[in-house]
Amino acid sequence: MQLVVISGKGGTGKTTVAASLAYLSEKSIKVDCDVDASNLHILLQGKDIEEENFFGAKVANIDSNKCIKCGACEKVCRYDAIKNYQVDPLKCEGCAACTVVCEQNAILLKDEVTGKTIITQTNKGLLSRADMVIGAEGSGKLVTKVRKNAMAHRKNNEWIILDGTPGIGCAVMASVTGCDAALIVVEPTQSGLEDFLRVLSLINFFGVKPFVCINKYDINEDMTIEIEKYCKEEGIDVLGKIPFDPCVKEAVNALKPIVSYKESKASKEIIKIWNKLKEIYKEDV
Amino acid sequence: MKIAVLSGKGGTGKTTVSTNLAKVMNWDYVDCDVEEPNGFIFLKPNVLKTKKVNVPIPKIDDEKCINCKKCVEICQFNALAGTNTGIILFEKLCHSCGACELVCPVDAITEEERSIGKIDIGQSEDIKCMRGVLDVGEPMAVPIIKELKSLIDEKPTIIDCSPGSSCSVVSAIEGVDYAVLVTEPTAFGLHDLKIAVSLVKEMKIPFGVIINRAEEENDLITRYCKEEGIYLLGKIAFDRKAAVLYSQGKLLIEDEVFRKGFEEIGRKIEGVKRCN
Repeated sequence: MQLVVISGKGGTGKTTVAASLAYLSEKSIKVDCDVDASNLHILLQGKDIEEENFFGAKVANIDSNKCIKCGACEKVCRYDAIKNYQVDPLKCEGCAACTVVCEQNAILLKDEVTGKTIITQTNKGLLSRADMVIGAEGSGKLVTKVRKNAMAHRKNNEWIILDGTPGIGCAVMASVTGCDAALIVVEPTQSGLEDFLRVLSLINFFGVKPFVCINKYDINEDMTIEIEKYCKEEGIDVLGKIPFDPCVKEAVNALKPIVSYKESKASKEIIKIWNKLKEIYKEDV
Repeated sequence: MKIAVLSGKGGTGKTTVSTNLAKVMNWDYVDCDVEEPNGFIFLKPNVLKTKKVNVPIPKIDDEKCINCKKCVEICQFNALAGTNTGIILFEKLCHSCGACELVCPVDAITEEERSIGKIDIGQSEDIKCMRGVLDVGEPMAVPIIKELKSLIDEKPTIIDCSPGSSCSVVSAIEGVDYAVLVTEPTAFGLHDLKIAVSLVKEMKIPFGVIINRAEEENDLITRYCKEEGIYLLGKIAFDRKAAVLYSQGKLLIEDEVFRKGFEEIGRKIEGVKRCN
């Protein structure tokens, strides 16, 4: 069972929910797919036990000794990455078009480190994550690698719980593809509803079973009703409605998952969601 | 004058800051968060024009193709695959670089256009508003962001960026005069702010910070900014009222207290603009 927690947009409480599920399911392997700004390890803490550089892109490199400054590379580059016979690595996509036109063979593509993949041992199981190089290209590839690392550590068909990426682009597709179920965290706001519909169509496209939980549902109860109504029509289970709870912020600042606060209202609801998921998938986790 | 609003991470209030500032400062607004463009919900512009965003992809003429697979070899994105009977294109993997066309010895490759999203252009009172919308299922946002930015004119403009620090953000903030980093006073906020700070520093863009959902005078972000000598443009108070207005798709400046706060931040940004 691979469960991805996703949201269409950041800040809906995705990591709060994902960290809680990760904390509750001690046997699962956790994956932080938000490689741009990974946060799960901040909450789960633990110790890094493996680290590896990830070469996710290529960058053109001009040998100034061979270059005769003909400018053909600059002309052919569609990303404006070459100026004054120098390559801007932030703009270069490593497409190799410049190497084709260079008659002096002065340009070579070099593998570029776009991040570091890390396995962290937490006291609630293993966490696979990454640190992406700032501004790097190809975050989707890095997500795929982080997921592969998790699979490599899976022994007895444990659950994989993934904290997804915001948005609907390449990194999100890499987080969602091949998962069995997606728990979509939705905020009852105008923008939350729009983002939900966009990410839902993506999840449907990949054939992943969607579930919904509404976070801070009491901020706008009319909108909550609207979302519930929509889900009912579409046959999507709303597994829970998490109330606005100041304790969540306290938990974040204390660097603890909200479910470690037994008295918190949000925590109780998340535990309920977790129990429902376990019941649906009838597995011991 | 272009100002980019970014955050390292989603949900910190980037769109709230961009839309409210655009309104109080009377600047144009461009939503470059093309995966989840939400700014129009709050600014409610009349959309006057919509245009498709196309990218070029290779078209292979099977009659001419001699199946030498040179195009497959050169393609760095695995968008072309060779079979015994011909070349297959996976169009979503294509980065539109044109390398395949360059290496084809028999000129069997030409280019055709493929739509990946759209740009909406509208007007909210005096403000020109533009947004890019990436089609669901399309992986690449950058071509839409680039096209959006090419449509920005000389008027002062606020650019709302996507979350994170990947290629989409780099492309959105490239060439802006100033960056506004929005964060919140939590450990997560600080972690993500540091990522955004390194990005703008690497790209040599001057910047300031706005703390959203601020509760106390001397929070961890304020302390961090002081230690690092980072200019604090202002704070937006943590208030349930803000969450309610946001959920209804309303601008915070409908509330007098918030309006004054944004006006103050706007004045500071104008000040920075003069200094630069």
